[in-house]
Amino acid sequence: MSKMDKTLLENAKSIIKERLCKSGYSHNVRADIDIAALDLGNLLQRTVEFGESNSVLVVGAKGSGKSTLINRVLEDIHNDSKNAKNLLIVKLNGYLQTDDRIALAEITRQLKLENTIGDKVFGSFAETLAFLLEALRSGDMSKSQPIIIILEEFDLFAQHKNQTLLYNLFDIAQAGTTPLAVIGITCRLDVMELLEKRVKSRFSHRQIYICNPSTLENYVQQFTDVLLLDKAFGKTAKHKAFVKKWNSHVENLTKNSSVLEILHKQFNYCKEASPLHQILFLPVCSLSQEHQEITPADIAESSQLIFNDSKANILHGVSVLELCLIIAMSHLTNIYEGEPFNFQMVYNEFLKFSQKKSHILQNYTKPVVLKAFEHLIELELLKTKDHFMTHSGKLQKEYRPMILLVDHSQLREAVAKYPGCPTDVKQWAESSIV
Amino acid sequence: MSHDSSAIPARGKQIEQLISIFGDPVDVTMPALFVYGHSSCGKTIVLNHVLEKLKVPHVVVNCTECYTNSVLFSAILQGLSGDNDLGSWKCDNLNDLARNLRKVYESQGWNETAYIVFDKAERLRDREVNLLPALINLQELTSLNFCVILVSELPWEKFYNGVGIRQPFIVFFPDYTKSELGEILCHCRPDGVDREFYQHYISIVLAVFSLACRDLRELKHLSELNFSTYCAPVKAGKFDEGDKHKLWKHVEPHLKEALQQLYLRKVSSEEWMKLHDITESGDATVLKPVKNSDTIELPFYSKFLLIAAYIASYNPASTDKRFFVKNAGRMKKTARSMKKDERKNSHLRGPHAFPLDRMMAIFYSIVDSRVPPTANIFSQISTLVTLHLLAKIGHEDEIDCPRYKCTVSLDFISAVAKTMNFDIVRYLFDFV
Repeated sequence: MSKMDKTLLENAKSIIKERLCKSGYSHNVRADIDIAALDLGNLLQRTVEFGESNSVLVVGAKGSGKSTLINRVLEDIHNDSKNAKNLLIVKLNGYLQTDDRIALAEITRQLKLENTIGDKVFGSFAETLAFLLEALRSGDMSKSQPIIIILEEFDLFAQHKNQTLLYNLFDIAQAGTTPLAVIGITCRLDVMELLEKRVKSRFSHRQIYICNPSTLENYVQQFTDVLLLDKAFGKTAKHKAFVKKWNSHVENLTKNSSVLEILHKQFNYCKEASPLHQILFLPVCSLSQEHQEITPADIAESSQLIFNDSKANILHGVSVLELCLIIAMSHLTNIYEGEPFNFQMVYNEFLKFSQKKSHILQNYTKPVVLKAFEHLIELELLKTKDHFMTHSGKLQKEYRPMILLVDHSQLREAVAKYPGCPTDVKQWAESSIV
Repeated sequence: MSHDSSAIPARGKQIEQLISIFGDPVDVTMPALFVYGHSSCGKTIVLNHVLEKLKVPHVVVNCTECYTNSVLFSAILQGLSGDNDLGSWKCDNLNDLARNLRKVYESQGWNETAYIVFDKAERLRDREVNLLPALINLQELTSLNFCVILVSELPWEKFYNGVGIRQPFIVFFPDYTKSELGEILCHCRPDGVDREFYQHYISIVLAVFSLACRDLRELKHLSELNFSTYCAPVKAGKFDEGDKHKLWKHVEPHLKEALQQLYLRKVSSEEWMKLHDITESGDATVLKPVKNSDTIELPFYSKFLLIAAYIASYNPASTDKRFFVKNAGRMKKTARSMKKDERKNSHLRGPHAFPLDRMMAIFYSIVDSRVPPTANIFSQISTLVTLHLLAKIGHEDEIDCPRYKCTVSLDFISAVAKTMNFDIVRYLFDFV
């Protein structure tokens, strides 16, 4: 392949990777987001043009498209050139601004008003905020600049002390002096319960709900859309030929039955876009000179990795001694119907097995077995059962009650897959009778 | 890009996978990666190797070392900026971290992905609940090209914290097979040693230890420790290298003893090598026993007090009459007593608490001579509590009737009883 084609493939690869990895930018068309964008866009338009103050909450599960919605609306507002000049946007995030004090400092910074505040010391939060907003009155037609404040992870702001920031923002939005639009974004559907009474009464109770209404057809369409290249890729004839070839291959891929089966299985687990992107990530990354197209085998391999049982992976790597201890614990749990056991009981079971059946496992001293037991605790395959009689210092570690976090069927599968498992151990796993 | 397989044997597939995930530096990659696998599976070493080879900006922080948020954030900023001045990167909340990361990124003029690796990431679960979600979303929060890599021993399911975290891209490092372990251990042999000779030694070591231990670090330690013992007769000229059977017979007892002490580290490596030092003639396979640090020397009456406490802890109170009163008559063999429920076996359940009076009663009956109840005897009980051989149960206020529990094991108490010529097993209900 010529050098030109190699660069074309690399270009395609980086464009698709960006679509897969960046969140908050949906490449697919979703009708419900379009409608919500229209609503929200109108709201913000009224703030910007007519100076109306508004507050709105965007509520939806994680991964349903809230950030995409906000980004799209903001982009539309920016593109409307007459607004772009005097509009101020402040973006706050509940993960970063964990305190009202930090949040206020961040607002000051984003409004670029550090110089104005300077050394002034204010009594209360409200005074500081009012001063800030007053400072934004521009001389032009004595109109003040419209401000849009976006609060991501809104529910975390509701957990600050007294909900001061929220109270003040909604208060100013209600008072109607400065044109202020407050947009809260949250994934908690019960967010209204989190607000205090005085905060809730100042909020306009306007909520936009986003949910993912995809059907299987939409889902498969999303899969295709994220891989297709469009005209923006390039103008030259070579580019166009590459795009045509690539797109036809993607269409073939979508019609392949094994790929459709995998997509169906993933759709049954989770409708959202990000698991779909994760399945596509490895195949796209592995595109290269030698491997120029995504094959159904790539997708099968990648989805295999994603559907892997991680506990089975961990059980694959423990030593035979540790595996025997897990089998002993599984039998104890079975015999005593879920009651917690302690190390002494497990050691007893293990001794019964190793003395009667298997001679290779006989020469382990008790401290070595205890170390293996503690390794299993570290891997979190066991857990202490909180007993109300446990005085933490007074109970020796051999007698602490524990429960096993591995299911019997998982254990059986793990023993079957274990490399080089002695047959005695395999038989012991099947039946508890030694 | 091909990797140098001689540097890190048996991890070629993982290195290729990581390189393809990282891709072209200018491209965006997945915002968060999660790498998991057993300990000493090569996760950190492979990541370090790949990041250094690709020459991308990166920093590796260990979450056990960085035990508070401010230490963690300062470590990240120092590592990325390459600036070792401690004062300039003080930062204790996430907002400052985000701002400082932007400063570093812009000041260094990068336009490529910068990687932040968190080793021992399971420690991050114990910090505040929003730290982990915020770190995973770092790319989105700072709108810069960062990639956060979490390295841990535990699978991703153990990281769910009820707050909702975006799932990172998961990469699994499988454990080494037996042949891969052999290959890696051969790779790490000391200089000047013949490869085949060492390979035979490693196959012996793996045959003895692999059932109990598949951890690369421990196997490496054991093979280094015992190698001089293995090749001592060859050096002394007794056998030559080809005599595989004789070499195996010679080193077998040493390896078996090492198996008894696996992971325990009761003595330091130097002392171990001294104990197993072969004399110059090369045929003395005298193994000096490892000094047992478990026994303690106690005064005469303390030993009896301890034995009495053990009996009181592990025997139910109703059986005292049978063991300690003369002519108490035989216990009626009821059907109930015949069916000794294994679950009631105190040696499996654990010791139970007893009042001081009961222990003193047992004590007076097992000691032959007449012992006056002086403060001397009672202060020995307090010493036993300080030594953690007994544990005091109950409230500090109850000086009327203090309750204790015995916390020594059967092996220990048997050793103590043997020194006093006292047959303790005869007095234990569970062994009747």
